[in-house]
Amino acid sequence: MARQLYYEDVEVGTEVTPLAKIATTRMLVQWAGASGDRNPLHYDDDFAKAQGVSSRIVHGALKRAWLGQLMIDWIGEEGELRKLSCQYRGMDYPRKMKTMEEPHEGETWWCKGKVTKKYVEKDKHFVECEIWVENGKGEKTTLGAALVTLPPRSKR
Amino acid sequence: MTEGSLITDELRKLIGAAIGEPITLKVEEGAIQRYAEAISDSNPLYNDVEYARKSKYGRLICPPGFTGWPVKGQTGALPGRSSEMSDIFVKAGAPTRVLDGGIEFEFLTTTGAGDVLVSTTKVADITERETRMGKTMFITAETSFVNQDGKVALKSRATSINY
Repeated sequence: MARQLYYEDVEVGTEVTPLAKIATTRMLVQWAGASGDRNPLHYDDDFAKAQGVSSRIVHGALKRAWLGQLMIDWIGEEGELRKLSCQYRGMDYPRKMKTMEEPHEGETWWCKGKVTKKYVEKDKHFVECEIWVENGKGEKTTLGAALVTLPPRSKR
Repeated sequence: MTEGSLITDELRKLIGAAIGEPITLKVEEGAIQRYAEAISDSNPLYNDVEYARKSKYGRLICPPGFTGWPVKGQTGALPGRSSEMSDIFVKAGAPTRVLDGGIEFEFLTTTGAGDVLVSTTKVADITERETRMGKTMFITAETSFVNQDGKVALKSRATSINY
């Protein structure tokens, strides 16, 4: 785990440490198994076309899971995630596999965030962030928000 | 029914009503580990049973979002978005093509391996607006998850997009 982040370490505008992810057809199949979302929209191009999208798409809930990881990694074990929300604004298309393990060249997705507010309430130190997933073109395809608590350096 | 509105009177009546059957989820270690593996998250609190046992949580804990789709993998039903619920909406006149419109989770206490959660869902809101896909309906379902100690462990508000 990364070092612990403290309330005093962040200000409005502070960046959440970015997290890189590569969606692959293999990851989507694994996610379909782990999540139970077996909708062929996420692994069958013909089915996806019949549903009105150009090819199989990345699961929204998978992108949300990435955003959860972004926040949990950032706040450290003494931080607590209180709220996490996200909305899907654009489709993402996974990289196909070149070998059993390696995907073809292509997009890398970046999970990012920024502190929008910090405040103390009932001795708890709260930090609000806007968070998002960017595709390879820098477009935000998933938008979200998170509310966390961080430990203070100086306990009263 | 308002002129040109997708929201039928039957759909309007569902707003505020409990919907679907309660879902019972036993949180299993293996399911947490498979979830973490699927998203390439190496956090030891999700992966390493020994590490997690020695942590303040005393057990593997659930990544945020674990109580969404993974419940379907285990129980066959998705809290706040079961096929049973979709059928009820479609029967009441909602469009049949459905996309995931996002979700908000509020975590009230930690959930981990060995916990048992019972979820119940109600229809929070139904709205509509014009999108790229034409006239589109947004159905928001609010789900509460109560743990074995009788505490609400978390809540979710899930939106489905019907077009």
